Amino acid sequence: MNSKIKKALRHTNQKEGLIFEKSSPGKRAFELPPLDVPAADPARALGANHRRAGIEGFPEVSEIEVLRHFTRLSTWNYAIDLGMYPLGSCTMKYNPRVNEFVARLDGIATEHPYQPQELSQGCLKILRLLEECLLEITAMDAITLQPAAGAHGEMTGLLLIRAYLGKQGNPRKKVLIPDSAHGTNPATAVIAGYEVENIKSESHGQIDVDKLRDLVTGDVAALMITNPSTLGIFEQRIPEIAEILHAKGALLYMDGANMNALTGVTRPGDLGVDVMHLNLHKTFSTPHGGGGPGAGPVAMKKILEPFRPVPILVEKEGGRLALEPVRPDSIGRVKAFAGNFGVLVRALAYILAYGPGVRQATEDAVLNANYIRKHLEGVYELPYSLPSMHEVVFSDAIQKKNGVNTVDIAKRLIDYGFHPYTTAFPLIVAGAMMIEPTESESKEECDLFIDAMKAIAEEAATKPEIVKTAPHTTRVRRLDEVGAARKPILRWKPAAPRSEAAD
Amino acid sequence: MRYLPKSPAERQEMLAAIGAKSIDELFSSIPERFRLREALNIPGPYSETEVIQYFKDRAAENSNGYTSFLGAGVYNHLRSVVTDVIIQRGEFLTSYTPYQAEITQGTLQAIFEFQTLMCQLTGQEVANASMYDGSTATTEAVLMAERLTSRRRVLVARSVHPEYRDVLKTYAKNSGLRVEEIPFTTSGTVDARALQATLKDDVAAVVVQSPNFFGAIESYATLADFTHAAGAMFVVAIAEGVSLGLVKPPAEADIVAMEGQSFGLPPSYGGPFAGVIASRDKFVRQMPGRLAGQTTDSEGQRGFVLTLATREQHIRREKATSNICTNQALCALAATVHLTLLGKEGLREMAEQNLSKAQFALSELLKISGVRRTFDAPFFNEFTVELPRSVKLVNAELLREKIIGPLALGTAYPELTKRALVCVTETTTRAEMERFAGALKRALERPI
Repeated sequence: MNSKIKKALRHTNQKEGLIFEKSSPGKRAFELPPLDVPAADPARALGANHRRAGIEGFPEVSEIEVLRHFTRLSTWNYAIDLGMYPLGSCTMKYNPRVNEFVARLDGIATEHPYQPQELSQGCLKILRLLEECLLEITAMDAITLQPAAGAHGEMTGLLLIRAYLGKQGNPRKKVLIPDSAHGTNPATAVIAGYEVENIKSESHGQIDVDKLRDLVTGDVAALMITNPSTLGIFEQRIPEIAEILHAKGALLYMDGANMNALTGVTRPGDLGVDVMHLNLHKTFSTPHGGGGPGAGPVAMKKILEPFRPVPILVEKEGGRLALEPVRPDSIGRVKAFAGNFGVLVRALAYILAYGPGVRQATEDAVLNANYIRKHLEGVYELPYSLPSMHEVVFSDAIQKKNGVNTVDIAKRLIDYGFHPYTTAFPLIVAGAMMIEPTESESKEECDLFIDAMKAIAEEAATKPEIVKTAPHTTRVRRLDEVGAARKPILRWKPAAPRSEAAD
Repeated sequence: MRYLPKSPAERQEMLAAIGAKSIDELFSSIPERFRLREALNIPGPYSETEVIQYFKDRAAENSNGYTSFLGAGVYNHLRSVVTDVIIQRGEFLTSYTPYQAEITQGTLQAIFEFQTLMCQLTGQEVANASMYDGSTATTEAVLMAERLTSRRRVLVARSVHPEYRDVLKTYAKNSGLRVEEIPFTTSGTVDARALQATLKDDVAAVVVQSPNFFGAIESYATLADFTHAAGAMFVVAIAEGVSLGLVKPPAEADIVAMEGQSFGLPPSYGGPFAGVIASRDKFVRQMPGRLAGQTTDSEGQRGFVLTLATREQHIRREKATSNICTNQALCALAATVHLTLLGKEGLREMAEQNLSKAQFALSELLKISGVRRTFDAPFFNEFTVELPRSVKLVNAELLREKIIGPLALGTAYPELTKRALVCVTETTTRAEMERFAGALKRALERPI
């Protein structure tokens, strides 16, 4: 064992097949209370043509088998609860457990979206307080909590812009998107009915303001900007950018994926941003859960307020809250019911725990990123040297000379007990290594990470093979992704009866 | 602050290592005039105890102690404590999207099992790793049909959930899709003749729901035949998945869009849930959303990866099949655990109990003078009755007896005033149904 691997040791993990392979007829893991009404005859009640025979292949296992099955699977995952998860752009911070507790309370988890609003005042007060907190944090005038995720928020935001411009007579044709943007931005613009015009960053990785001035014509509806950019750098000329857009009647959209760098320190609304989404599963600590659920509220300036998706939370006489389903200028409904309420509850629990002290979280996140940058600068190439905010982007330029690329280094980090950083992003950095520690890492964990990155750099120089074939300690080795895509196997099927010859 | 793992001394040490005099220096790239100097005006900081108390106080202002007969796309079903135990394991809860396959095999295999379960339930060949919810899955199914047919007209049954239709209209408005609605018959099911008359070779998709918003079970065969004869895609939305334990899956469908809330997810005031898209193998490359696939590692062991990512936004950017980035992985995991716990027998038995209880509830309600059954198509756990009075007024009376009455259909369907959509599940007891019938009888007998 490499003595430089300080954080991790090999240990046994259990083998486990698919649940379908454990199934045996007659076993069960859940029993219902006895039926207290006369049993209906399904063939009569439904009609024989609607009645289904048993579901072929559906699992039949006992409770202990279910528990062990999923517990074993869980041990094959890396998680924030196990250690640093420096995935740039993803803000993998601690997910406080009290948030899980309150989201499951009777009276919170149990509520039906169509129950009378006089019996939902608790839910609506939660939504109202979260709205107020997020408006204060963003310095915006109005907000919708409806969108279910960041990309869903982006779409909602662009539809607001489209509706606003359309109301003035021309929704316009184009959305400008910097080449450093998240892939969701251009995909969203198309869904919202816009053409995408990519704009190149200038040499320091910032928006080229002079070029922007030429690009903003009467055809441009908006610029989608990420701030700090995906390079982890604050867009210093953002107020000027906003002015250029506004002068031509276009709007400034901000992708709030990186709000963890700004919360409590500066406010997008003050910077000239017209509309933005927040990823509650990033900045506001709701768990990623292996890829969702999230929530992507959209905050906006007054001019966009009339177009918000329904239902709209309003305050009636006597302070009673209500969700209103109809607004004449609304873009319509973006999702059934009232947003990802359970996620919104968790985000509010996070905000209440910090209060105004949330600024300290931002400061610690930026401190950690700069501490790591300081120690790894020179060990890894730093393609853009402007000050880092909450994340730092290196490249594999130095290691590439030895045939070791960013993915190899990322995979080798696994052997050292860390989750990889983000590799294939941002696109404007060849061989990007995008590191976002978040505020949740102690100095000790940051030091271990720095040690690991240095040790890997040394390996890349002296024994590159070990890096190029990493990871070496995981239960599976590098997987054949090409084969998976060429001949997709996307579900389990019962084995065909095997013939003697095949054995 | 309890979530932050640094002492003041450590912060100073780290600043010194960086060579910064103060934390402020690290924010020097933000122009001075935009730096926030005063504290944010938000409540807190709260201790854990205070956070819990705040939410308990809010919970107390909700519907605790009431018995509900609401469904309409969100259903109250039994859930095993095991489901919550599993999905609260930190290794699942606090893991990211499984892009690094070597250390996320747990999530990946669970998604693969989810996809398999969804195929088995829906009778389709391939299912994705989940979408936001049933409403957005239905919309994405339509967009998928649009890509497959290169046509721009969509026919959606009025008996599809009103909010699903609203979401579809929001998306359609901006992508040049024309959405038209197909009426329902006096049985509460899709008017097949009206559908046939409207279908032309410019239609991308026909969307029906079953059980539909009125609880009625659609007969697919004729509708699918008409749809396919016009070269359109037959899209079936399913809002109540438990019905699939007893009701034949839509084998005729080209695309199924399902809401997974009924599989172990609490109502939670409307979310988070998990949508599903299931379809035919031949259409997989036009499917939106993540997919987990089986493969092998360099030593020949079975493993799983996210696959066919060339459809997705992070690779394709503006040419992606959808802008969706997240799935509802943890909700999909809950559904996987829940359905595994139920198993073949459990799901069938749960479905049978729903059916039996709904039959019982209807028979109890029909004993009340003036209550009439409307829409005579077969139903699963929801049905429609007509009351001799406004449903809203009746519901106000029921509230006094701590009963949340059925949904008033008149809100979404102005022609259906006085009609109520009643839902009962396996969680509704006989005593509750009898109490409901008694209260309804009293409410209707009360002089106006």
